[in-house]
Amino acid sequence: MADQAIATRKVPLAGLRGGSHAAVLTPAAPAARIALRAGKDAVPALSAALGVTLPTRPKTSASTAKRHALWLGPDEWLVIDEDGAELMGAAASSGALHSAVDVSHRNMAIIVSGPGAEVAINSGCPQDLSLGLFPVGACSRTIFGKAEIVLLRTAEDTFRLECWRSFAPFVFGLLSEGAEDAAH
Amino acid sequence: MLLIYCPYCEEERSELEFRNGGDAHIARPTNIAEISDEEFEAYFFLRDNPKGVIFERWRHIHGCGRFFNAARDTVSDRFLTTYKAGEPKPNLDAAPETSATVETYEALEGAAQ
Repeated sequence: MADQAIATRKVPLAGLRGGSHAAVLTPAAPAARIALRAGKDAVPALSAALGVTLPTRPKTSASTAKRHALWLGPDEWLVIDEDGAELMGAAASSGALHSAVDVSHRNMAIIVSGPGAEVAINSGCPQDLSLGLFPVGACSRTIFGKAEIVLLRTAEDTFRLECWRSFAPFVFGLLSEGAEDAAH
Repeated sequence: MLLIYCPYCEEERSELEFRNGGDAHIARPTNIAEISDEEFEAYFFLRDNPKGVIFERWRHIHGCGRFFNAARDTVSDRFLTTYKAGEPKPNLDAAPETSATVETYEALEGAAQ
């Protein structure tokens, strides 16, 4: 009998480290994510079911220990659970009308940290990331070079940058260049 | 770089995050099956392409993803105002005229000999 070929799942950017002393780039551990769409009426029930209050103001997020809900649009959120918890089931248990798509494997995240994190990201992103306009907890879908990204500021000098896995090598490369520039 | 105010994000963002969506306030005829080919052509294809203020749809595609409407000056490329989709055309009389204040090729053409 022929040997069976076993496909193993490959994590994008596995083992890669990069950046500079000003901005360190670390691929984040795999996480569970859902793209959530729902009307105003469903927000309280979904918040209770997910254990995190869905934010309703632009550019804001809400976090518990390992779970983040990011405002992307007036009826759209990205919910991330760093422990890989079952989010689809949690959303379904709300009983409220909504649409949830599991995008855990579509996205991957790069953690950008250090005093030059802002400069490194601004090398390809046109948003103003100064603390006054983009405080800790702020989040936004935006563009980085040619790739769409979702930014979340987790600390004054740390960002979580979510991008599609097929764009990961491009984003990591451009970020590395930006991080080098940030060190000068 | 052009900064465009998104009425949903309530903030000015770079033009890189936006995409143009053509003319705004074009109503689809309710009796679309009954109108003549000429009327359909006028509704579907024919646009004014004005020199001056134009009302357009824009989409914040790399942001909140929402469509909204904008009044833009096609000469100076200045956005006079933006407003949410579904809202009526704003009265622009109060807004300052901008095309006359901006130096353009057309404005300077007469003087350049």
